[in-house]
Formats: sequence, C-alpha cells, structure tokens
Amino acid sequence: MKGRVRPKLAVWKFASCDGCQLSLLDCEDELLQLAELVQFANFVEASSKVQRGPYAVSLVEGSITTAHDRERIQAVRADSAVVITIGACATSGGIQALRNGADVAEFTRHVYAHPEYISTLRDSTPISAHIKVDYELFGCPINKQQLVEVISAFLHGRKPRIYSHSVCVDCKLRGTPCLTVTRGIPCLGPVTHAGCEALCPSYGRGCFGCYGPKESSNPASLMQHLSTHLGQPDVALSRLLRSFTAEAPPFASARKPYEPAT
Amino acid sequence: MTARESTSTVARPLRMEVSGLQSLVAALWTAGYRVLGPTVGEGAIVYGEVRTIADLPAGYTDEQDAGHYRLRQRDDGALFGYNVGPHSLKRFLLPPRERLFTTIRTGKQLAVEPEPVPTEKLAFLGAKACELAALLTQDRVFSSDQHPDVQYLARRRGMFLVGVSCTKAGGSCFCTSMGTGPKVESGADLALTEVVTASEHYFLVEIKTAAGADLASQLPLRPATIDEQRQAELRIADAATQMGRHLSTVGLKELLARSTDSPHWDEVASRCLSCANCTLACPTCFCNTVEDVTDLAGDHSERWRRWDSCFHDDFSYLHGGSVRASVKSRYRQWLTHKLSTWIDQFGTSGCVGCGRCITFCPVGIDLTAECAALQARTT
Repeated sequence: MKGRVRPKLAVWKFASCDGCQLSLLDCEDELLQLAELVQFANFVEASSKVQRGPYAVSLVEGSITTAHDRERIQAVRADSAVVITIGACATSGGIQALRNGADVAEFTRHVYAHPEYISTLRDSTPISAHIKVDYELFGCPINKQQLVEVISAFLHGRKPRIYSHSVCVDCKLRGTPCLTVTRGIPCLGPVTHAGCEALCPSYGRGCFGCYGPKESSNPASLMQHLSTHLGQPDVALSRLLRSFTAEAPPFASARKPYEPAT
Repeated sequence: MTARESTSTVARPLRMEVSGLQSLVAALWTAGYRVLGPTVGEGAIVYGEVRTIADLPAGYTDEQDAGHYRLRQRDDGALFGYNVGPHSLKRFLLPPRERLFTTIRTGKQLAVEPEPVPTEKLAFLGAKACELAALLTQDRVFSSDQHPDVQYLARRRGMFLVGVSCTKAGGSCFCTSMGTGPKVESGADLALTEVVTASEHYFLVEIKTAAGADLASQLPLRPATIDEQRQAELRIADAATQMGRHLSTVGLKELLARSTDSPHWDEVASRCLSCANCTLACPTCFCNTVEDVTDLAGDHSERWRRWDSCFHDDFSYLHGGSVRASVKSRYRQWLTHKLSTWIDQFGTSGCVGCGRCITFCPVGIDLTAECAALQARTT
C-alpha cells in the first residue's frame, strides 16, 4: 500500500443518532493505522476539514426521512465509487421507521411546539430504497470490528468476512445454552443476522434483533412457536418485532397477525 | 483408538464406591489428563473441567422434549442421573474456532508458521453411550486414509474415556432405535453404571481397554456380587423402556433416497428457521469452513477453521450462487445426509439417537416425526 495515493473515505450522516459513525472513532487501536491507509476526506464528526470528492468509499449512516435528504443521497452516490451503508437506520429505516403507516402530522402536533417548522416524508426508508448500495453492514449500532473488516477487505480487494447466518451460531460457538429452549426466554436469535457475537444471550437476555433479519429469515414460524408453546401474548410478540429494524420486510410482515386491530 | 479398543478380555465387573470415583478423577489428573465432564452451567448441564467429583451435577436431572430443556432436581443425589445436554464432545475434538496457520510478510518474504499439533491429554468422565457412538462416528470422518485430520487425530489419540451407561432416558432420546445405547458397550476405556438405592450409592465398573485396566489397578475396587450386577442391569433396562422418541430405520435409507421430490419438504421448510441449531448441537455434524483473516496492512494473515452448517446459504455457494438457495433444499440435504447418504459415505448412519437436534430446535422440529411423516406418505 505504501507510496500509493491513499483512497479518500467519506462518512455521511442522514436520519440517525451518530452511534454508527462513532464506531469508527471508537476503533482506537486501528484508527491511526487506518489513517495511514485511507484519507478521512470527509468525516465531520472527526474533523471540520472537508475535502471535495470524488470519494473511493462512502460510509452512509442514517435513513431517508426528508425531501432534502432524498436529494442529498443522490449527490453522495454520484460522488462515490463505492457506497457502504452502516447500521439499522441506513439498512432498514431504523427505529424511526416505527412511524411508517401512522399519522405523521398528528405525531408532530404532539411532539413539537412549532410543528409548522417540521418538513418530513411520511416514511423513513433505507438508503437502498433510493440508490444502488454496494455493501450493507447491519447492527444498532454496527460492530466496529466488522467495520474495520469491511474497510480492510475493500483495501485488499477481497470479500469481507461477514456472516449472514443466525445469532444462534454465535451462541453455539461460545457454548451458551439456548435461552428459549432451556429457560423459556423469548429470543430473536434464530431469525436475526449475526454480528454482535451473541452479546445479549451471553448475559441471559434474549436477542433484540438489532442486526435485522438473517438470510432466509423465518420469523413467522418463530412467532407462532413463541405464541403456542411459550404462551407469549400477542402484544409481546408484536413488540418483539417492533424495535430497531421494525420495518425490515420479514419482521414487518411477521408481526402483522399479532398487532392490535386499528 | 485402535490398540486400546481391541482388548477383548471380559473381566468380571467390579464395584466402586463414590469415594472411588474421586480417586479415579484424581488419578487421571495425576496421569497428566485434563479431565472434562458434565457440570451445571447456566440452565443446563454443560461440559467443563472436573477437578473433583464436587464439580459433577449431583442431584440434578433434566427434562427434555421438542424445543424444550429444563434442569430439575432429583432427590437421590445421583451424579449421572440426566441425559445429554447442549454440548457434545466435538466441542473439544473439533473446536468451534481453530487457527490452522499464520503467514507473515516481511518485505518480499512470506513466512508460513504452521500451528503446533495439540499435545494436551484429554480425559472425559461421564460419556453416555450415544456420546461415545458419536465419537466413533466422527472418528470415521476424520481418520480416512485420504484425508486424515491432523489436529483432530492428535487430540483423539491421547484421549481417556470413562463411559457411563444411562439409567434414565429423556423425552428426546431414541438410542435404542439407532442401536447405540443406553448401555456403554464400546468406545470407552472404563464403563460405569451408577446404582443408587435407599441404602447404597455405588458404581459398577467394567474394564474395556488395557488403558482402562491400568487406571483401574490404581483404584479401590472389589469384584461385584451377582446382585450388584443385576441392580445395574435392571436400571439400564429401565432406561431402554423410557425412550421418549422412536425412529423406524427399516428401509429409511432407501426411502430418503427416493423422496427428493416429496411435498413434505415444503411443509418442514415452512417451520424451519435455518438457524443451524440442530447441526451445531449434533455430536456428529462435522461441517466446517476455512477462512483467512488479515490485518489492515496485509502483512499478517491467519487461516482459521470454524464450525459451519449445511443450513447456511453461504455453505453451498459456488460460482454464480448458492446450490441450496431454499430452506427446503437445506433441510432435505441435512436429513438425507444424516440418515441415508452418510451410510454410503462412512458405512454407518450419521445419527446416534441422542435427540439433541429435537431438544435444541427453537421451534421443536423433530427428526423422528419428520421421518415418520415421510414414511406415512409412501405407505
């Protein structure tokens, strides 16, 4: 790598909490080494010095919730060779997508002193609903080691070592006995994309589904089992799938039978 | 595995007191073994280090059914009064993650550092008959003449096994269907049967190998009486009548081979989560993947092996896509390999009837019920 022009990396924020791009700053041990390999050309959370594009890689955090952002993401795409979306907001619409299908005007009346200043789209949508995305990194927030892995894979021209299997696999690798089977705890692990190394189950808490649906996710079957065998009430099942990745299509459709009639 | 197992002397069973079991554990540590066995973990009986018999799950049992496992207390203080739990011996012989070699680049030089061959001597106390059958099944996979697995065989060669026959069966058990239990017949150096009565608590000990005889010679044992032998046999016979599940293996290999287009696979796929729990809990499923890790600069790379599963999309990924894109095709592959093509490949069934895949399926899919459904469709 040495002697070559370092590729320009940009970090963009849309509707989000900043937690995912903070993961990049949180890469304390790797950050200096990373800075030798790429130029942080546009990363306002780290530096107000911004270089113009085009960029070799853009990391995009957040969902599209305003008409302005809908335009801005097109400019990001046009200025970037590779677009990698990071986190639940960018990949599924995030927790703010819970408003999708509800009356947004009524929400704004209740929440804001001056709702007339609020200009927002009806739905919160993932970046991939607007532009072609080259790679999606899941999580709420993302796992910083996975972020380094994706950047490293990009720099070396190889496939990132990121798994699309269930969180259960990580419980099994760790040796954590299944919480649902041994303690009757509802857990989204079997339908959720790995990436957290089964953090919550290792502390005895069922998976929250932060990483969204795994490949070939079948939450409908899991919900039915939790309902009929674990006696989980409908409201609990609907809430289980109404969190960080609520609008990811497999989760959104699987909770429908358990939602209160409106 | 070879010389030790071939000992055919049928010695008279011996009687060992509970204190003798403590001497057995101590003798193994003294002989340089790291002794593993059942211990009480979070909500389940898991495998861990056994320093003294106080580490064993005294007075515990388990309750098992499809998608259901609960630790329960029993009132007799038995040390081995439960069936197999979430862990199996493959955890120790084929670790979930294992580094194979390291490559270091210095300038234009590449140095490959192979991983040292494992030298740790492992002993396992309390292996049930199905666990030992699974071990022999994995041995056939990893000791083939063409592709012997160096790491596996190094761990396996030095292993000392204390088997324990089951005196109760669980709700997911069907070892009698597979001919693997509940009595420990082979695969162990010593075979124990625990007997707890109102007034006594002792073990019947059978010596199975020369290494077993060697260890037994250091223990306080005496020949068992006919009644003591009968007490042990009665309890094993009891376990055989308690099997919670049954698998009819007659014609099953052929049935699966001709059932590739059965509509039943779609029905299973509607329930299957493709989460891989069945394959990872299975003591014989051996699929693994090999991957390379690099540091950011690309000067240091490592090759690792990790557990994988035929339920993963990536697992059958070839140029252009996954060969088994649908969950239906993945479940069919798993069941057909386990119970049919495994026999073509390795000469035995891949299933030992331990029931882990049934108990640890989060939605309780039951291999024996799925086979029965396939059998019912064709009759």
